[in-house]
Amino acid sequence: MGRDRLALALLAAPAIAFLAAFFLLPLALMLRTGATGPDGWATYVLVLGNPRYLASLWKTVALAAAVTAATLVVSGIAGVFLARNRFRGRRVLTAFLTLPLAFPGVVIGFMVILLAGRQGVIGELTMAVAGERLVFAYSLAGLFVGYLYFSIPRTVLTVMAAAEKLDPALEEAARSLGASPWAVVRDVILPGLKGAFLAAGAICFATAMGAFGTAFTLATRIDVLPMVIYAEFTVGANIAVAAALSFLLGAITWVVLAAARTAAGGTVAAAG
Amino acid sequence: MRPRRGAGFAAGVAFTGLVAVFLIFPVFLSVLAGVTANYQRGVFASGVTLAWVERVLDLYAHTIGLSLGLALATLACTLVLGVPVAYALARNPGRLARLAEEALVMPVAIPGIATGLALILAWGAVGGFRTHWTFILVGHVLFTLPFMVRATLAVMLAVNLPTLEEAARSLGAGFLARFRTVVLPNAAPGILAGSLMVVTLSLGEFNMTSDAAHAVHHDPAGRACRLLRLDAARDRLGLHARLPGPARSPPRRSAMGIRPRLRP
Repeated sequence: MGRDRLALALLAAPAIAFLAAFFLLPLALMLRTGATGPDGWATYVLVLGNPRYLASLWKTVALAAAVTAATLVVSGIAGVFLARNRFRGRRVLTAFLTLPLAFPGVVIGFMVILLAGRQGVIGELTMAVAGERLVFAYSLAGLFVGYLYFSIPRTVLTVMAAAEKLDPALEEAARSLGASPWAVVRDVILPGLKGAFLAAGAICFATAMGAFGTAFTLATRIDVLPMVIYAEFTVGANIAVAAALSFLLGAITWVVLAAARTAAGGTVAAAG
Repeated sequence: MRPRRGAGFAAGVAFTGLVAVFLIFPVFLSVLAGVTANYQRGVFASGVTLAWVERVLDLYAHTIGLSLGLALATLACTLVLGVPVAYALARNPGRLARLAEEALVMPVAIPGIATGLALILAWGAVGGFRTHWTFILVGHVLFTLPFMVRATLAVMLAVNLPTLEEAARSLGAGFLARFRTVVLPNAAPGILAGSLMVVTLSLGEFNMTSDAAHAVHHDPAGRACRLLRLDAARDRLGLHARLPGPARSPPRRSAMGIRPRLRP
């Protein structure tokens, strides 16, 4: 048994060493770098007091929260429906809903432009119908559409997996006791899927907080936090502030994930 | 029992169908844009061509090759690092193991831009590492390793490894023999699922490498992004109409060494 323990430790060592060298150490150094500016450790406080950074932080959190809420509603309905009903074309629909799983943010940004850019389909449609071109690819609305696009497939899969495990007999029982359809959803289905919703929602929120490719493709004017960090680092060469902002972004996201995991009872990471 | 299908079912199909259209329509649009002879004039006016696909293969075959190579190297690293640690975690129910597991999945919870910046701050000044392709490899491995560990660990926990191993041990199999003939074959579905995820993510990953301006030039995905971004900027500013047609302007290289436009 003693030799086994040693062997197990040796097996775990490379990955742990890799993680320590390229993740934990860099994060610790970044925390310290945030304090190397003229203001020292006060940089962290000053950054949170700066109206521009604060506005950007709120905008990022609000966008991530809105995307999470919309994704949960859309994928919740579609996922439960697909898990509960068997019909012709169900497989095709499921495949369509999960196909964009692998698209990188940059490509999704490009797709948003094809939809809502200056030459986009929505622009052409509104031009034909109302005589005015509707272009929203380069605003927060465009970013919202892009993040929604990229969050739905991931969430639908989690919801479907959880809904398959939900016992239909519970709904049957509630219905036979006279519960209205809405009461069944509220008192049986939603509580049953709570864990899946928390897990998928937390991952969705974390991704929307840090997603960079889509914003990077669409515009530099959308000042969500990842874009601000990028600008501070490359254009402003303001390394201390960029480090402090990155650390705060990472900390906020991690806290939200940890809170969701505590609430869901340890299933959050499994959804990743 | 055949479920009753009323208005609720119809509404469900309609809603799910709409979501599917939202997800598939842009894919269709991109494919269409890729085979349209002149995007400004539209597919009906200008016709369909495979010239752009040929051109991309011609100009970017090297880049595509780099992306594939990087993804395969990432896969090799995650296999070598991830499978053994997943096994160690599966065998060890202790608190230390849970802590290690938590640390291993943390790169997923921290936004890529923060991790990327941290990597540059810690390792950017070490020799020529930052401009070497292995720097990008490290980022990709860091981001994909949790998926490999998760997928492998889940299967290892599900197949009741301790009992199987006990049987092998009682028959006299040593540690290496057990790992090779019992653990690996039983964990194969998880390793395969993890591998698919790793390659897919690595091919599309950009966050990790985008933080440094130089990465935009060195990373294949970064370079492709740069091009898309130039297209996006032109579209945003409404420059399409003023761009010269393909016959008059062969692709030029800009000061940054990037062809100004993929689609003339």
